[in-house]
Amino acid sequence: MGTAHGSPHIHVNNEMAGGFVGTASEAEGAIQEFLEIAFVPEFHTMLVVLSTLILGAAAGMIGTFLLLRKQSLMGDALSHATLPGIGIAFMVMVAFGGSGKNMPGLLIGAAVFGLVGAGSVLFITRNTRLKSDAALGIVLSVYFGLGVALLGIIQQMPTGSAAGLNSFIYGKPSTVIIEDLYLIAGVALAVTIVCTLLFKELALLCFDECFASAQGWPITRLDASMLALATAVLVIGLQAVGLILVIAMLIIPPAAARFWTEKLKPMMIGSAVIGALSGWFGAVISAMATSLPAGAVIVLMATTIFLFSMIFGSSRGILKQAMGQYRLRRKIGHQHLLRACYESLESRIESVADEVFLSKGSSVTFDSLLSKRSWSPKQLRRLIQRSTKSGDVTSHPSTENEIRLTSQGLREGARLVRNHRLWEIYLITHADIAPSHVDRDADQIEHVLDSDLIERLEQLLDTHGAAKSVPASPHELNGGAVS
Amino acid sequence: MAKIDSDKEDVPVQLNASSLAPAPDMSRRIATGDEHPVCPLSIHDMTVAYHRKPVLWDIDLDMPEGKLIGIVGPNGAGKSTLIKACLDLIPKASGLVSYYGKPYSKQRGLVGYVPQRESVDWDFPVSALDVVAMGRYGKIGWCRPVSKAHKKAAFDALDRVGLADYAKRQISQLSGGQQQRVFLARALAQEAKVYFMDEPFAAVDAATEKAIVQILHDLKSTGRTTLVVHHDLQTVREYFDWVVLLNMRIVAAGPVEEVFSQENLQKTYGGKLTLLDQAAQAMAGIKQ
Amino acid sequence: MTWLEIDTWIVVIAILCAVSCSLLGNFLVLRKMSMMGDAISHAVLPGLAVAFILTETRASFTMFVGAAIVGLLTALFTQWVHSFGKVDGGAAMGVVFTSLFAIGLILIKAGADHVDLDANCVLYGSIELAPLDKIQILGWDLPRAAFVMGLILILNMVFVGVFFKELRISSFDPDLATTLGINAQLMHYLLMAMVAITTVAAFEAIGSILVIAMLIVPAAAAHLLTDRLLHMILASAVFAAISAGLGHLSAITLPRIIGFEDTNTAGMIATMSGVLFAFVVILAPRYGILSKALHRLALNLRILREDILGLLYRVDELKLVDRPAMTYRQLREALNTGPIQLQLALRRLRRSGRLKVTSRGYELEEPGRKRAQQIIRSHRLWETYLAEHFALPLDHIHAPAERVEHFIDQQMQDDLALETSTPTSDPHGKVIPPTTNS
Repeated sequence: MGTAHGSPHIHVNNEMAGGFVGTASEAEGAIQEFLEIAFVPEFHTMLVVLSTLILGAAAGMIGTFLLLRKQSLMGDALSHATLPGIGIAFMVMVAFGGSGKNMPGLLIGAAVFGLVGAGSVLFITRNTRLKSDAALGIVLSVYFGLGVALLGIIQQMPTGSAAGLNSFIYGKPSTVIIEDLYLIAGVALAVTIVCTLLFKELALLCFDECFASAQGWPITRLDASMLALATAVLVIGLQAVGLILVIAMLIIPPAAARFWTEKLKPMMIGSAVIGALSGWFGAVISAMATSLPAGAVIVLMATTIFLFSMIFGSSRGILKQAMGQYRLRRKIGHQHLLRACYESLESRIESVADEVFLSKGSSVTFDSLLSKRSWSPKQLRRLIQRSTKSGDVTSHPSTENEIRLTSQGLREGARLVRNHRLWEIYLITHADIAPSHVDRDADQIEHVLDSDLIERLEQLLDTHGAAKSVPASPHELNGGAVS
Repeated sequence: MAKIDSDKEDVPVQLNASSLAPAPDMSRRIATGDEHPVCPLSIHDMTVAYHRKPVLWDIDLDMPEGKLIGIVGPNGAGKSTLIKACLDLIPKASGLVSYYGKPYSKQRGLVGYVPQRESVDWDFPVSALDVVAMGRYGKIGWCRPVSKAHKKAAFDALDRVGLADYAKRQISQLSGGQQQRVFLARALAQEAKVYFMDEPFAAVDAATEKAIVQILHDLKSTGRTTLVVHHDLQTVREYFDWVVLLNMRIVAAGPVEEVFSQENLQKTYGGKLTLLDQAAQAMAGIKQ
Repeated sequence: MTWLEIDTWIVVIAILCAVSCSLLGNFLVLRKMSMMGDAISHAVLPGLAVAFILTETRASFTMFVGAAIVGLLTALFTQWVHSFGKVDGGAAMGVVFTSLFAIGLILIKAGADHVDLDANCVLYGSIELAPLDKIQILGWDLPRAAFVMGLILILNMVFVGVFFKELRISSFDPDLATTLGINAQLMHYLLMAMVAITTVAAFEAIGSILVIAMLIVPAAAAHLLTDRLLHMILASAVFAAISAGLGHLSAITLPRIIGFEDTNTAGMIATMSGVLFAFVVILAPRYGILSKALHRLALNLRILREDILGLLYRVDELKLVDRPAMTYRQLREALNTGPIQLQLALRRLRRSGRLKVTSRGYELEEPGRKRAQQIIRSHRLWETYLAEHFALPLDHIHAPAERVEHFIDQQMQDDLALETSTPTSDPHGKVIPPTTNS
């Protein structure tokens, strides 16, 4: 790899052969190759892999705060704004007789313009009526346009083509040399130190700017240092990922990490790990297939991890959320069934004691249940099946049409009806909700009432007298027709 | 702007700068509660403007120590603005605010703050205890992590609002009332002497309302001064012993039994103060 | 520099592209979704690549369809990541468009590398070569890009014209729009599709980066120039056209100054739009930084003039001498102001016949007296109003009135008089002069 670039950076003359150029046709060979590069790479490959890995980790770390401060797209504007900086640095260095391709010089130019870009965004939002989205878009496109115009000029310079500079736009990790690695490691170290030392300050800033300011923390300076670190990371990422995609390294890892945790520190560490993994795998894959643009491969690795996290994330993943909702819906269905049974029985029988209910052996017909709520026969049948399994109802083996509450189901039904009515009474007396509307409202909340709240409701409604009894419904029960 | 004061005293024909300089008469300040030499919060001639449009005019207040003070007024009266200006969160067009005789920047440790609940993103990945510990950050200082002792203090504060069981819970999983109590606990953890609370009773359940009232009384009994932005006129008499009626200007301020009268409320809420708003718009250059 | 026919065509194509983009950009800026333009113009890359791989040509209908689909998908995916993954809106957009752009880059490399579609041309386009690719339309030899962009411009004009009302209301208040039976969601996706189509049509000529610039910068500048939507759209179109013209002109002239041939026109158009935007930020008549500063200065001078009149009136009121006058020094000390402002104010007052200079100093003329009377009346009415309605001691009402008096017009004065039941003296016992308007 890397032999074809002819770039002056490649001092390490590796003879890694064209073997990586996507010729590994057999899957086994590819996997073996992948492992080889991933764990026992040659020196230059190791440089590349290490640099993207460290870059990913640093970007993931500072990106966490950028994401939580809702400033993710600021990175987009900053990275685009670096291009004229690179162009100007190149021209200045040439004007002073240098080669123009001195990496630290170019990166300093990039960093300066990144900061100028951030300043321009702030200036526009503070001094005009434009909102931050327009300010970001203006800075991004105008500075990038200026950069493109400068590159157009540089291309005509006799001292050298701008081909090397193009790698800043799309990224070319294979041009990394050992000095670049030192620089990347240095910036990463700085990011780690600042994020560790200022962890609680940055967390406070992101969570509650007002409170932070009232406590006397200098929020402008904290914001500025956060953006400065982000700029530093963007700049060191230019070479490996390119300026269009480097913001992905700031946004995607923290967004992915967020799916796995509800705590900030694990999120930051997770984001760093995800960033590092993306950098690592991405670099290895692009070392195997040198024709593919390395920056894009690295970003797609991060996207893959993001998608995986979004679906399977242990705390906010879509599956996890869907499961929670599914369980709640099942619980609600079950409770609705028991309540419907209980209320049907109640309308026929005066007394509420267990024995009376059961001794009468009252059963409820399927049709009368069906008329109580807006459920389809199929839904109701499934509900009955499930509740039969949990031992709350039994259905006559002979006539499937009749359902009977077990004593366990009866107690549960009584409890549910009681909670429901307590809540209804609360709504009517304290929240001024019309009795005709109260049933639906109570329906939504009763399923999530905990015992603590029920106790408070009891106190509030002063129902000690009728301790644990089921109060009468405050409104007419609908569909109470029982055969 | 001219600093002429000619309406107050006779103007000599030979005018000179010294005779025209305004001499604020401190002895006649309104709303002087206790005759404390230094009161916990003193606001002097404070004006706050957004884009030249005044939202608070010439606020002049001395808060008495150890009282529960309700700040009451219609929407847009500048209640939250008053608090924010006192905390240097928004710039003042003019005026001075002092806490025990010193400016806020010197007395931050003495001032606790409960912002409106909607002001933050409750989806943030922190636990209830983490949020409360933020109240200790000012005492912890730069770069140092939260020590055991500070965590303990934060936990105690959380316990006082009845949420000890929820310490580890992520804040998005708390109910609105519980979130409000977390904010209250954070302010308690600040161990301040003067507290500002911005609408703590807004959209909370009965249990939280009770808990907050209990906390307010605790604060009072330990000699703290608490200012609460409040919107429910029904409960003003019950909760507060002092009240500030605000509608861009201070309509009245003083002990509840003296000030919280039908007449003053009529003035504050009666919609007769539209001229203030007109003047404010004229000053902002907004065409009517 | 020589202006050739090709330069004319370049400018025509650039203007067509720029105006097409700026029309749609207004709604992006107003809906605070400017970055969606950025996202879509990056994200259409995979759509282009797939369409290209399928059809092997650059200018096909498939390409438009592919890009429009991906444009819509960008909006849709962003929405999904935002709502299902509960990711912050900006970050969701960032995740989606960088990923799509990365996929596009890889597709281009993997599938279309051997032919002439590369990422560079998507980014900066090649407007310099666009006029060379000609087609025959009705016997005319037109550059294809000009024809295509002309169609797109007409399409966008029709879109904005037909849906003007719907776009306006759904930009201003999506919820209201929905209650009025206008599907704001549908308008959103329609707009996104139009942005995507325009991007695709323009990318070849001007590149995606200039598309972003022309989507956002002209509309943002127009937003600073006017408050009316129709005017804003027209202003943005003019701004876009001027940027395009100036951009090409500077691309072929500016580099000569430092000894080079020329540079990328697309880049220079974006740069010039930025320069013009900076001018607008400073010089805009109502919202510009300069106009705000001038306005403040004028206001301060007016206040100073009125203070001078008021001061002389008050001195006159004391009736200590027959015809009181104040010297320049006395005025300066009393008003505590700088010499330049005071000179300006006095000169203006004299020229308008409100003041005259006598040997004893400055004296009020009759028009000046009348104006002063108005000011003093406003002042004292305001004091009365404050004293009646607020818990303010007498020594605290003068200063506020001193400020407000300058902003009370006739209507408010009447309202004040009504509110305070037309008093004849203020709380200090001073006489409130009658209104001079009969």
